[in-house]
Amino acid sequence: MSNPIPPGHEPQCHDFQAGAKKALDNKVLQALLERTLKSGFQQRRLNAKARLPEYDQLRDQARDLKNHVLDNLDVYLERFEAQLTKAGGHVHWAKDAAHAREIILKICQDAGAKTVSKGKSMIGEEIALNDFLDANGVVPIETDLGEYIIQLRHELPSHIIAPAFHLSKEQVGETFKEHHTHLDQDRDLSEPSVLLGEARAELRDKFLRADVGITGANILIAETGTAMIVTNEGNGDLTQSLPPVHIALTSIEKVVPTLEDATLILRLLARTATGQEQTVYNTFFTGPKRQGDLDGPEAFHVVLLDNGRTDLLGSEFRDVLRCIRCGACINHCPVYAVTSGHAYGWVYPGPIGAVLSPHFVGLDEAHLLPSASTLCGRCEEVCPVHIPLPDLLRHWRTRGFAAKKGGKMQRLGLALWAQLARRPGLYHAVMALGVNGLKLMGGKRGAFKSLLGAGGWTKTRDLPTPQGGTFQARYRKGER
Amino acid sequence: MTEKTSPLRVGLFVTCLVDLMRPSVGFGALHLLARIGPSLDVLVPDQQTCCGQPAYNSGDLVSARTLAQNVIETFEGFDRVVVPSGSCAGMIVKHYPNLFAIEDPWRARADSLAQRTWELTSFLAEHLDLNDTGAAFAGTATYHDSCAGLRELGVKHQPRRLLATVEGLTLNELADSESCCGFGGLFSLKYPDVSGAIVDQKAQAVENTNSDLLVGGDLGCLMNVAGKLKRRGSKMRVFHIAEVLANLTDACGIGEDQDA
Repeated sequence: MSNPIPPGHEPQCHDFQAGAKKALDNKVLQALLERTLKSGFQQRRLNAKARLPEYDQLRDQARDLKNHVLDNLDVYLERFEAQLTKAGGHVHWAKDAAHAREIILKICQDAGAKTVSKGKSMIGEEIALNDFLDANGVVPIETDLGEYIIQLRHELPSHIIAPAFHLSKEQVGETFKEHHTHLDQDRDLSEPSVLLGEARAELRDKFLRADVGITGANILIAETGTAMIVTNEGNGDLTQSLPPVHIALTSIEKVVPTLEDATLILRLLARTATGQEQTVYNTFFTGPKRQGDLDGPEAFHVVLLDNGRTDLLGSEFRDVLRCIRCGACINHCPVYAVTSGHAYGWVYPGPIGAVLSPHFVGLDEAHLLPSASTLCGRCEEVCPVHIPLPDLLRHWRTRGFAAKKGGKMQRLGLALWAQLARRPGLYHAVMALGVNGLKLMGGKRGAFKSLLGAGGWTKTRDLPTPQGGTFQARYRKGER
Repeated sequence: MTEKTSPLRVGLFVTCLVDLMRPSVGFGALHLLARIGPSLDVLVPDQQTCCGQPAYNSGDLVSARTLAQNVIETFEGFDRVVVPSGSCAGMIVKHYPNLFAIEDPWRARADSLAQRTWELTSFLAEHLDLNDTGAAFAGTATYHDSCAGLRELGVKHQPRRLLATVEGLTLNELADSESCCGFGGLFSLKYPDVSGAIVDQKAQAVENTNSDLLVGGDLGCLMNVAGKLKRRGSKMRVFHIAEVLANLTDACGIGEDQDA
């Protein structure tokens, strides 16, 4: 079943153009992006890669591992279920977002839950879980700092590993002052560590009071029935171990055969994402608290979301299911670097979002995203599992073209161009006329400041004039 | 007695942008190939038009196939096909074969063309081992690595090796030289604001090198950056590498006014 945009989760912007414009006009955001992407994410990844000579070899291995898993997905998922069940956990299969939300609500209601603490989960964002729980009398509290900030601001994440990436520390300070009204309004929040301390103090009590903890899972390990999560703040551990019920919400393609395979993914994930050798907290959950365990939840559930992923498996987009959600494609995308994440309209931004969103929300809504790329190929170059993102974007463009998406003028222009270009004699005659006309208009000028029909281009830059005469005409006249 | 070998038949695919906007790039390429002497027999077939990349990248595979078939037929008789653009060469080498199903007779012809096609600087530096261009430029230059050439064909050291043969020229490496300039073909027309913001960062980095010239291997990217440099009031001159290597830097650069 297709999954229309869940209620309460309408895109913040239906139109990439308008969203991009808004971002381009936001000077604070532009300064932030310029400062944080190149010297931050990009440089740190390079440093980490340089410290690990076998990095590229690991990428090939990870690609092969993920392909093997996708070829045998049913086998490993059933193995995972069997092992987890043996360890006392429960596996729930959710065919789409609505199904997953209902499963989670039922677990919460059965536990008599009033509040749930949440670790960062992109799947939670994908199924718009917070709004749904809220509407059904269960208050969700995000415990990842970035997620907590955007929850206070009612925003979507702008980055898959750094949800509040679009905000400056000043903006975060303002948000805290607006929401933490019991604290002194004149307190100094200029230091990031102070912001972190305040969020920690606010959240600590909520951790202790939560009836259910919901986390994501970065990897599922079939041989042991283990779900594992990486966090840098330790909030995943508290979310998982303090409340009596723990739900790990994740998607089916996260499974790997063995613990050894999980370490392969982990060696790549942190280095590629943040340039760390390892994420600070790597937490493995295998079932609920056993007899004699000092801590852990009484009940442990894993919700396995499909949400159209099995359709992708049989499509030209299969390779995207290798994704380990490191965010490297986003960090290196020249378009994301000036538009940030919200312009993409849904939860996944950047190249990976431009491939996933049309699948989740349909081409009607998202057909602009696959074309909002220069196809520079840097995303594929940095992808730790070699996903051919430019090819996948082209596949969407092909589907979009077949479904007559995109401008009529562009379709007409392309058809006309193709008709002309397959008739070389006519083509050269027509082009020579056009070029000579443009040259006349340009005169001695090397570039147009504005030109009818190229207004978009000349709004921000000059358009070089033709040199004069076509190559073909001049060559045929004997010029060498 | 030396055995007489027949010359290598080389077809120059000038590309539509060079044909229409900057013929001197094509003439520069011819000049460079002519330096090799009688071992090359260079021709510019007049049936050539566009490689079809705009259609391909717009998802119009029917048009892309039609244009690819024209290019495949046009260059069928040549031993090598040389293209002064990493982007158009990449289209032929990496993407033409994908346009045709394995069982389609066009597939073998596309594969054959892909194997015979070279980006200009790779052909000069790697295939021909050209070490003497006879060019001179007293000044500094920086180089922009265009994305398709860089990532699809591995064009990186070849242009630098060739620029090192230009007497008097000093190369200043561009910071972040592998990041996209924001051109992206039709992308620059469809998303002009985003494209404009990306090229602004590129132009800033180019200006920061304080070089006399910006040089690159793809006319589309160069028109984009030259247009931005000019709008920013920069005096930097912009040339395709074929023009620099063929000693054509006395003429107007891309976007440069004639009386300048």
